[in-house]
Amino acid sequence: MMVGSDKQKTLQIYIPLVVYTLLLLFPFYWMGVVSFKPTSDIFDLDLNPFWVQRFTLENYLYLFENTEFASWMWNTMVISIVSTALSIFCSICIGYALARLKFPGSDFMGIGIFLVYLVPPTLLFIPMAQVIGTLNLFNTHWALILTYPTQLIPFASWLLMGYFLTIPKEIEESALMDGCSRIQILVRIVLPLSVPGILSATIFCFTLCWNEFLYALIFMSSGDMKTIPVGTVSDLIKADTLFWGSLMASALLGSVPVAFIYSFFVKYYVSGLTASAVKG
Amino acid sequence: MNSGSIQSENFLDRESSLGVLLMLPGLILLLVFLAYPFFLGIWLSLTDTRIGMPGEFIGLWNYTDLLEDDIFHQTAWNTMIYAVVTVPFKALMGLGLALILNNKIRFSNPIRAFVMLPWIVPTALSSLGWFMIFDPVFSPISWLMIEMGLIESNVNFLGDQILAVTAICWVNIWRGIPFFGISILAGLQAVPPELHEQAAIDGANKFQRFVNVTLPQIKGILMITSLLSIIWTFADFQLIYVLTKGGPANQTHIFGTYAYQIGLFGTEIGMAAAITLYMFPILAFFSIFLLRYMRKTA
Repeated sequence: MMVGSDKQKTLQIYIPLVVYTLLLLFPFYWMGVVSFKPTSDIFDLDLNPFWVQRFTLENYLYLFENTEFASWMWNTMVISIVSTALSIFCSICIGYALARLKFPGSDFMGIGIFLVYLVPPTLLFIPMAQVIGTLNLFNTHWALILTYPTQLIPFASWLLMGYFLTIPKEIEESALMDGCSRIQILVRIVLPLSVPGILSATIFCFTLCWNEFLYALIFMSSGDMKTIPVGTVSDLIKADTLFWGSLMASALLGSVPVAFIYSFFVKYYVSGLTASAVKG
Repeated sequence: MNSGSIQSENFLDRESSLGVLLMLPGLILLLVFLAYPFFLGIWLSLTDTRIGMPGEFIGLWNYTDLLEDDIFHQTAWNTMIYAVVTVPFKALMGLGLALILNNKIRFSNPIRAFVMLPWIVPTALSSLGWFMIFDPVFSPISWLMIEMGLIESNVNFLGDQILAVTAICWVNIWRGIPFFGISILAGLQAVPPELHEQAAIDGANKFQRFVNVTLPQIKGILMITSLLSIIWTFADFQLIYVLTKGGPANQTHIFGTYAYQIGLFGTEIGMAAAITLYMFPILAFFSIFLLRYMRKTA
């Protein structure tokens, strides 16, 4: 009996699960295999391509010695961190104002912010390039630090507003009676109670900054100012002969930081991702 | 001095003034880098501006020219397939994943983290992995099929229109499965177990319980997830830029990549702005639909 139900469970759950995992993770496995092979083995079509016959780190060394990968990494980090910080600051302010304060336009502001969330970069990149040109920001970190928040603030404010609304009003009201100012209440009471919400908003923003491609492709054209995704795609694919090994090494290395952060904070990311859906 | 500070405290404590003050930093950014470019884009689309050359007002010429452009027709068609036809696949495979993850399984936390990777990592970089998997010479799929004796020579996945569109759609589905999966999983976990127990007592089998108990409970999430997916995919860029750049022979463009090609390679900024603005009514339709749906269910 026991054995029978175990068998059934294996059939119905573990086998499909293995299939899903193989399907979803195969590209990463493939990138890993290629990145650890010497170039001659990659080009040897008689070798089994699914396996590393001779392990080497030469592709990774090549990235740091012969390309500007280190600068790309630095750029991506600086831009992601500063842009995320700026977005979270703005979103905390907006989220609190929308959750707790009545002011002219506060009613339609909430819907307005949500609709802005659905405005994609693809709709704006042509005129945005002109704006960045006028402000003389091409090939500076500021070009991305200032434009990414327009993609981040709407969702982050929406998320934080939801979080602030769950904090009992009575706590704030009694603090108001005791003579605290609204700002003091926000900093000393509301923010400490909202750490999980702020954390998921931060992870969401950071991931989006790290992954952004279109604006970075257009605003950062000089080699050492690129971000990892743009540098990998445009500078490592040059000639007809592709340096597959270092290309895959770069793609993998560029993915590791977000995967790493995400695996630590998976709970917060998922709750942020599904916050709107669960409420609906 | 004293009365001044009291006054400023009053100012900050008045809800209306504090509210406006708190909105300001974000609103300024959104005005300068979102609202202004949006209206500038509308203006540009009505001119014949080229890179480095200020243009003149030409009315709706860019829009009408595009209606007669065969590549643009193909682009619009591709975008619909790419954004809409892929949704049922993502939803079904995501549902399957969610139903599996909803069981008690070993190592469920690391597994959940791992299967999310296609959705988490930079799309441009994971698409590079697929770019090599579809390579005409180095494709492991071709290698495997030749080993198994299914084909004689390598398949050029990205060199043929039908194959390329299929490949692009597949990578898009692959990236979307975890998003649907995790969203649906959140919905499944919100289904009260009593409902299932009651239905089981009433004699419903597994499939009947799924249709009558589970499905109605996750309908809302399925709808919202699908609409979000359509909106995002509709406005995608990087996946196709990396895999085909719109080729072969401009046959796999979507709005974003075609606008990029016309605007940044062809230098026709006005025309490119018109291409992106053709997206607007469709995006607006889905967005308003989503908003109304969320308000109705909330």
